[in-house]
Amino acid sequence: MSIYLDYQATTPLDPSVAKAMQPYWEERFGNPHSEHRHGWTAAAGIDKARRDVAALVGADEDWVVFTSGATEANNLAVKGALEAAPDGRRRVVTLETEHSCVLESVRAMEARGYSATILPVQADGLLSLDDLETALNEDVALVSVMAINNEIGVMQPLSDVGRLAKAAGALFHTDAAQAFGKVPLDVDALGIDLLSVSGHKIYGPKGIGALLVRPGTALAPQLHGGGQEGGGLRSGTLAPALVAGLGKAAELAAERMDSDRAHVERLWARMLSALTEGHIVNGSVAERWRGNLNVSFPGIDGARLIADLRRLSVSSGAACASAAGRRSHVLEALGVPDNLARATLRMGWGRQTTTEDIDAAADMICEAVAEQRRMAA
Amino acid sequence: MSMLNTSAEAAADRRVYLDWNATAPMRAEAQAAVTREMERWANPSSVYAEGRAAKGRLEDARDEIATALGLIGAQLVFTSGGTEALALALRGLEGMRVLVSAAEHSAVLEAVPDAERLPVGADGLIDEDHLRRALRDGGSALVAVMHANNETGVIQPVGRIADIVRDAGGLTLSDCVQSAGKLPLPPADMVVVSGHKLGGPPGVGLLAVRCAERLSAVQKGGGQERGLRGGTENLPAICGMAAAVTAADRKWLSDAAARQARMEAALIDGGGKVFGKPAPRLANTTMVRMPGIAASSQLMQFDLAGFSVSSGAACSSGKVGASHVLSAMGVGAEAAREAIRVSTGWTTTDEGIERFIEAWHALAERRRAA
Repeated sequence: MSIYLDYQATTPLDPSVAKAMQPYWEERFGNPHSEHRHGWTAAAGIDKARRDVAALVGADEDWVVFTSGATEANNLAVKGALEAAPDGRRRVVTLETEHSCVLESVRAMEARGYSATILPVQADGLLSLDDLETALNEDVALVSVMAINNEIGVMQPLSDVGRLAKAAGALFHTDAAQAFGKVPLDVDALGIDLLSVSGHKIYGPKGIGALLVRPGTALAPQLHGGGQEGGGLRSGTLAPALVAGLGKAAELAAERMDSDRAHVERLWARMLSALTEGHIVNGSVAERWRGNLNVSFPGIDGARLIADLRRLSVSSGAACASAAGRRSHVLEALGVPDNLARATLRMGWGRQTTTEDIDAAADMICEAVAEQRRMAA
Repeated sequence: MSMLNTSAEAAADRRVYLDWNATAPMRAEAQAAVTREMERWANPSSVYAEGRAAKGRLEDARDEIATALGLIGAQLVFTSGGTEALALALRGLEGMRVLVSAAEHSAVLEAVPDAERLPVGADGLIDEDHLRRALRDGGSALVAVMHANNETGVIQPVGRIADIVRDAGGLTLSDCVQSAGKLPLPPADMVVVSGHKLGGPPGVGLLAVRCAERLSAVQKGGGQERGLRGGTENLPAICGMAAAVTAADRKWLSDAAARQARMEAALIDGGGKVFGKPAPRLANTTMVRMPGIAASSQLMQFDLAGFSVSSGAACSSGKVGASHVLSAMGVGAEAAREAIRVSTGWTTTDEGIERFIEAWHALAERRRAA
């Protein structure tokens, strides 16, 4: 049995979430958009889920546009905001360390004649507010900054970003796939207009997410048709089971936010004190989610390290990038040299991780690193 | 005593679901597959053992679906459903002239609002001569023709249409959301299927594409689905869809055809008008007008009497206005507003249909007496 330390890739489904979904796979199977009892029964859970998702970030239920996940939400936010922007605002400002779905959406819009400013980050992974302020102008339609980075766990200063975006008259989008349900977020206090959510990163189901949209924000739909969500913003039959699952996961996250956070912080401290072999932590140690640890081992062959850690489910970067064998664009943005970036582990832990898991994992890592260093010496 | 006088509570116990074209109940095999896969939960893009195993199950599901639906040789791209798969097909090909039948689902019509509309006849079938002429106007064409209509059940001769389009150098996209699992799928260049219409879970669908080299991703992201669709794969739903198509057989359709014939004869006898009747239609779908009673009122009365039926596409049934499908067939607005859709499936019973016929007659009778 291997130890799962890849909570940024996906999280185990909470049993109470599975339970909340079950009736919708069975007797509540109707199409939630149908005008009869089967439809109404299927739709019953959707309103509650909408309230639970919105409440977690201090929004109202009319903000919530359910999507198939954070990728769709990010596509809708970036493309939709640019397409609907007023004349003269045709630029998007974002960071080099954003998730590939944001960066790819930005590039797709560039190919269509929009312009983009992709800001570098500092060595600790945090953006420079001076750089951001310089980049902002009256031609900027959208600022898109991830709340918590999926590879290195750093938390960007969202309230400052929100304030600067607002001062420039631009919309502020944050990809909160890794932050939603884990840290307190308040859309008004942070000046957020658009916020992306994922179900399966918070012990909820795959195939569901949401874009929270400040009422009145101009946004062009990306999926057309029946117009089921957000007054026509998103088409496609909603999956009531998945929506109910996301709602339940949000409700649980609200209840458990403090204890979940205390738990991962204990595990973070334990892992760091147990990692006795020489290593470098990537990303700010202070401004971060401590359920993530991205760590490089100088002088180590990364491929061999991963091979030696067969009993440990960890990654060297974003799951989608590791599948393609690509190197991490995030570590590159931090200025981590290529050979060191390859000797890097992205670890993530959460609700189901135990101190025994952490101890065993730290032992395996230290042993594998020490062995390579002995051989090289 | 007529069904309409039975109390709503008693009727609810024996509710008859006749809205299978909106969604179908999940097959037991699909429920089991979804539940099993939700317990495993690894991300199929992760490179460690659980991730690789998940990737293996993803590819197995893809093969099972391709085999069960006769789509071997096409690249299957999983999406969040039919709407997204149609958007990928319609917006993922650059520089093509797009032609769509006037009876397409709104997910097609609204994805490409500037597309040229191909007219359909009073029977709902596409005008093939018009199509040939339109293709002569030149330009590399993408032609979208739905296999079986979601409202009327009318089946287009997509095989023949695809030949016409191919001869003119174009590509054919066929929305097979309603026909998959009921008919052999047509040899179009692109085919769209939805999970929840065939006994799988909602939240998954696919585009089967035979011209993948010309297609690029619309939903950008991590390069999943061989670069054609970004986003973590919804593996539980994909495995549920695979289990549903593998478990499905078409035996129920002969019973459905017999019930459809009986029901339509009885409704016509009671003054009803069935749309698209001369054309080949799905054995499970009947769009029928009850003269003198608005569809919205029929829906309410049938709901109280214990029947779930619809007035057309579920996504738009909350909206006022007549069906664009009937309008494309030349049906007047008044007649269209009096039409409801009755659609059946593999758990529909003879008794359920007999009770519906009785309830329909009772309502029509009450209208005449009024």
